[in-house]
Amino acid sequence: MEQDVIIINEADNVAVARRDIPAGEEVALPTGGSLTTAADIPRGHKVALVAIAEGGRVIKYGECIGVAGADIGPGDWVHTHNIEAADKP
Amino acid sequence: MRSFKGYPRPDGKVGARNHVVVMPTVSCANGVAGAIARQVEGVVPLYHGHGCGRGGRDLELHFRALAGLLANPNVAAALLVGLGCEVVKARFLADMAEAGGKPVEHFEIQEVGGSRRAAQKGAAIARSLLETASACERVEASPQDLLLGLKCGGSDSLSGVTANPLVGEVADRVVAAGGTTVLTESTEMIGTSHILERRASDPEVAARVKEMIEAADRRTHEIMGPMASLVIAPGNLEGGMSSIQEKSLGCIAKAGTSPVMQVVDYAETPQATGLVLMDGPGYDTESMTGLAAAGVQVMMFTTGRGNPIGYPVVPVIKIASNTPLFRAMEDDMDVDAEAALDGASLTGAGDALEELLLRVLEGEQTKAELNGQDGIICLYTTNPAF
Repeated sequence: MEQDVIIINEADNVAVARRDIPAGEEVALPTGGSLTTAADIPRGHKVALVAIAEGGRVIKYGECIGVAGADIGPGDWVHTHNIEAADKP
Repeated sequence: MRSFKGYPRPDGKVGARNHVVVMPTVSCANGVAGAIARQVEGVVPLYHGHGCGRGGRDLELHFRALAGLLANPNVAAALLVGLGCEVVKARFLADMAEAGGKPVEHFEIQEVGGSRRAAQKGAAIARSLLETASACERVEASPQDLLLGLKCGGSDSLSGVTANPLVGEVADRVVAAGGTTVLTESTEMIGTSHILERRASDPEVAARVKEMIEAADRRTHEIMGPMASLVIAPGNLEGGMSSIQEKSLGCIAKAGTSPVMQVVDYAETPQATGLVLMDGPGYDTESMTGLAAAGVQVMMFTTGRGNPIGYPVVPVIKIASNTPLFRAMEDDMDVDAEAALDGASLTGAGDALEELLLRVLEGEQTKAELNGQDGIICLYTTNPAF
């Protein structure tokens, strides 16, 4: 079965969209369970798996790729509008 | 990882191919090298645009890279064609190559009396070298004999998500089996220094990692000025990369999670086994020369946009990050990483890529080889020519 999202590392709090996923769609997670998108997620872009509070670390590849510049909810699109560079990654 | 059959070389290394090469020592000798290759089927010409007009560090780089290519275990024997008045002399390179025990012949065009005579003389030598090489037969080799080059080019937003982690899975297996993997492209590591330093085998290696990535970052700023931040390019941003760390993490994913055992200079042969980082540019053709000169028998090259390039004397396995690319350029792509990972675990997909690697080591032609993708050799330079 085709996966809609890819989770690269089990420590990640974001997943990567395999296709353009419109807002409000329920997608199955490879780890089991599902997630409803809160925004349009373009292919290759990140969707939050869990809530990430402002200032919290965004984790992909099991590593910090930046900090949340605003509160991020589960299913939100995660990109430059809500990620800031981490001073101490 | 199982053993494989490869060509034994006098220096103890094992080749995946048994090539006889004709190498011009300077670009002025490319024409004669070409004339020889046209007359003698099976001889691989190694055209390049260098060998003279350089000094200092560049000269050292060129000697090291050209000698490294001759020492590559996929090369059985070599003919060096010099012009005569160049800086990189055929006899110097021949001495370096002969130290490895390989059959190496050389002459200069000016000394032989022009290009026609040189081509005739060279063709006779090349035929004899081919005959010598054909006597070499594959023997049982272990994964410990393997050096695998890791490369990406024409990346897209899925490269770091599908193709690179897949290659990383196999790279970790090569290391676990006692082999060596070489990750290069220092500019593609900017932003991940703290992670690679953490993975270094000892503090000295960690210091070298830091030094290499800081220098890459500095060079980028010197050359590009305020545009340096565009190392994460607009295309990367559109594709979903939100930070330089994210982009670089995708790049270094090709090297899996193994510890970093050594940092080497461009085109330098690793002394350590395990994961080795090589300083060098991201520019594909120059980067691949660095890997080939380091002695890799095979390269895994991931691509999202679709780069068809191969490398003379080294088979290059092309791994598409996405299915649309694989379908659009099926003649150039060996693996569809997106499809391979569909519904399969990384381990399952890794099994298939590991098996392909072993088949290629034992002689299966990659798409790039079948397409004759072996053009001109590009070398990294740090200064203008004079």
